[in-house]
Amino acid sequence: MHTLTVSEMSAGLRARKFSSLELTLHLLGRIERLGPGLNAFVTVTADRALADARAADERNAKGDGGPLTGVPVAHKDIFCTDGILTTCASRMLSNFVAPYDATVVRKWREAGTVLLGKTNMDEFAMGSSNETSFYGPVRNPWDHARVPGGSSGGSAAAVAARLAPIASGTDTGGSIRQPAALTNLTGLKPTYGRVSRYGMVAFASSLDQAGVLARSAEDAALLLEAMAGFDPNDSTSVDTPVPRYTAELKQPLQGLRIGLIKEFFGEGLDPAVERCVRGAIALLQREGAVVKDVSLPSLPLSVPTYYVVAPAECSSNLSRFDGVRFGHRCEQPKDLLDLYRRSRGEGFGDEVKRRIMTGTYVLSAGYYDAYYLKAQKCRALIAGDFARAFGEVDVVLSPTSPTAAFKLGAKTSDPIAMYLNDIYSIAANLAGLPGISIPCGFINDAGTELPVGMQLVGPHFGESRLLSVSHQYQLRTEWHKRAPKGYA
Amino acid sequence: MNWETVIGLEIHAQLATRSKIFSGSPTAFGAEPNTQANLVDLGYPGVLPVLNAEAVRMAIRFGVATGAKVARRSVFARKNYFYPDLPKGYQISQYERPVVEDGSLDIVLDDGTRKTIGITRAHLEEDAGKSLHEDFHGLSGIDLNRAGTPLLEIVSEPELRSAREAVAYMKKIHTLVRYLDICDGNMQEGSFRCDANVSVRPVGQAEFGTRAEIKNLNSFRFVERAINYEIERQIELIEGGGTVVQETRLYDPDKGETRPMRSKEEANDYRYFPDPDLLPLAIEEATIDEVRRSMPELPDEKARRFVREHGLSDYDAGVLTASKELAQYYETVVAELGSQAKLAANWVMGDLAGALNRDNLDVTQSRVSAGSLAGLLTRIVDDTISGKIAKEVFEAMWSEGRDADAIIEAKGLKQITDTSAIERAIEDVMSRNPGQLAEYRSGKDKLFGFFVGQVMKATGGKANPGQLNELLKRKLSG
Repeated sequence: MHTLTVSEMSAGLRARKFSSLELTLHLLGRIERLGPGLNAFVTVTADRALADARAADERNAKGDGGPLTGVPVAHKDIFCTDGILTTCASRMLSNFVAPYDATVVRKWREAGTVLLGKTNMDEFAMGSSNETSFYGPVRNPWDHARVPGGSSGGSAAAVAARLAPIASGTDTGGSIRQPAALTNLTGLKPTYGRVSRYGMVAFASSLDQAGVLARSAEDAALLLEAMAGFDPNDSTSVDTPVPRYTAELKQPLQGLRIGLIKEFFGEGLDPAVERCVRGAIALLQREGAVVKDVSLPSLPLSVPTYYVVAPAECSSNLSRFDGVRFGHRCEQPKDLLDLYRRSRGEGFGDEVKRRIMTGTYVLSAGYYDAYYLKAQKCRALIAGDFARAFGEVDVVLSPTSPTAAFKLGAKTSDPIAMYLNDIYSIAANLAGLPGISIPCGFINDAGTELPVGMQLVGPHFGESRLLSVSHQYQLRTEWHKRAPKGYA
Repeated sequence: MNWETVIGLEIHAQLATRSKIFSGSPTAFGAEPNTQANLVDLGYPGVLPVLNAEAVRMAIRFGVATGAKVARRSVFARKNYFYPDLPKGYQISQYERPVVEDGSLDIVLDDGTRKTIGITRAHLEEDAGKSLHEDFHGLSGIDLNRAGTPLLEIVSEPELRSAREAVAYMKKIHTLVRYLDICDGNMQEGSFRCDANVSVRPVGQAEFGTRAEIKNLNSFRFVERAINYEIERQIELIEGGGTVVQETRLYDPDKGETRPMRSKEEANDYRYFPDPDLLPLAIEEATIDEVRRSMPELPDEKARRFVREHGLSDYDAGVLTASKELAQYYETVVAELGSQAKLAANWVMGDLAGALNRDNLDVTQSRVSAGSLAGLLTRIVDDTISGKIAKEVFEAMWSEGRDADAIIEAKGLKQITDTSAIERAIEDVMSRNPGQLAEYRSGKDKLFGFFVGQVMKATGGKANPGQLNELLKRKLSG
């Protein structure tokens, strides 16, 4: 049962081939058996899952279930879940039971999904390897010695290992797409404002966007439909109708105009990764897509721009974790300053502290213009580059990440090397554009098969196109169906 | 050396919205601590602010009323600092692009001349919670009911030159925000308070002296005293060879002095930046027009109308329009009375104001309604009672709560207009005072007043004064 996609599960549930309870028990069994080796979950909500499953079965029996009624899901532990621990994989929130559901959580719940648990992640979503988690690193199911990518590494590992058919993630600079690429999944980051951020613990508010990690574009479409839409609780969510993504998957590849981002096929890109991506491009061309090179000259500014904007916002967003009202509080504070210093000093890990300090610095009097303001200008340049490109092509294509999954610990001592992992994914966040990573082949690293992802980025609210291109590609390829050994 | 004072005020007006500026919690004053704070006010992980449209409309009203520019696009920014009563670790305010800019307001100086005071800007922001340092045995209590309450911070140009001017300006703003129904003006509850920036410079010097900021003044009297204290302190300091330090100070009303606030660990760098959770505030021209059309008559306009239509003096019109409620009371009296605006004005500013003041009541709590007062004044106009008797009737109305006619009737205060009755009283007085009568007739005109008094006394003050005068003149001249 665990090998089924969401669409297949949905069909099976409605055809009474199995019940949601059977499905849920089966997956909970896998999570119990295989989860610890991957460290994919922070919290497994078995009791809640069983209750959800029973309720879903009742609804399905009465015939008033929807396509997702009874489908098990997992949420990244950055989404607040009413009555359930929501840790952001930080010691700071290791005792925090959220008193409300995030909008994404509520919408999936209302669609009838079954909550299996909360997945591990980089602390406060700050990281690209899932090694900054207070709960320890997540392992890549394709090779336990390697990282699953981050920050949504737990969601990626759980879905790749068939512990959950689909999971939510968040993407601030590539945190859905890069782990999807590293674990052979389809990872969609929607347009900024497409999905409500309410109840998603903020890292960098102007970049954060919720999305999904799935095993197919079709599944991603199904779950995006259930999570997208305007939310009066989020002023930055956009009030524009949500298309029926699943109904639009049939758009043909014929005549599709694809731009290859010149700047993303250069130095630093692993030639083996490039070969996979080039192979995919050739297939798309054979199927009638028109491919041309496009240049987005400001894209090399993405990483430095991002590492000004994101830390700046994070330094302010994380100020509320002060030990006063919730979260970690130090023992026996002497006075207020001691309370702040020790609660935050003990509660946050190194990477989070590094970003808070960077962000505080770039916003400080005398530095604001040189850093923050300049970064905002760069951001506008990057957005302008994309806008020009979309005058010529329908989507732009690049590798998702310059390399396949790397070894645990390989980059932990070199933050810059770690940051460069997101070199191809960050620009979409800075421009607020939708991006998707889909499996496009494997490389062989000293006898280990490792998946490779390619990224498609479209214009604002172009999710439908990204999903249909991905779906059409997946109808013609088998890459996305491959499961890691031991998890099939 | 002669010194000139330079003052600028930052007034915080709490906007009278039902819910908070970025959340749906109620804003009512006086609830149990922390019962009016929801997850947004508490700064919980994951929550987001949503701007209260009513607060924006109120800011626009203020902008229109002060002839200011209402920005078509303004920006909310985060002011970052740590304090336990600031749940998010930042206050959402407006920094570089406020919603209202470049307004002005006229004040009347002590010598009766008018002075225009510039309003640099007015911006929307959220209030912080309250830290309670007493009753917790060495600990501090935090009440977040006030956190997120909408404020309009109104910043004046440094154009005020004395404590009196500062108070006149603050009172004028106080009047205005209440006319506009955007603030209840309750200073005791902190709905209307100000920070005063005060500096001194030698007369004739162009550049400003170093200023001190006196925080959180919540009464007109404290504003005046604090500023006067501060002026003297600064002058003494400079004349004694010292220099003024730029700092924030607090006014201690018990000691009547300002003191530096306990200095924070280090100077705050607020690291302002645009709040990414809120889109820039866009205001359509049509919205501004709509507000403009729905503007109530403002105090200056109303005062000009009172002068023009009622024939009141500038001064009287100013007093009567100082509060919307008083003006309304006065206008109701005039409307019921039909004419005699001056009479109504005198009574409202005189006996009514006196009684309110004595009992420490607001005009809306008056024991004599505008309709009742008009009833009393009608009896003066139609000669049923004299003005003097009317004062007595008013006091009775005030204490007994009955209307004028009932009291006049019950106490038999109706004026005597029967000529023969007045004549009888005059004759009686004349016969009892033959000496004075002889003196009067021999040319001592001044004694006329004596006879008026005697007749009034004999009639219990009820003789119609006009008739009495006429009859008395005739009788006395024999």
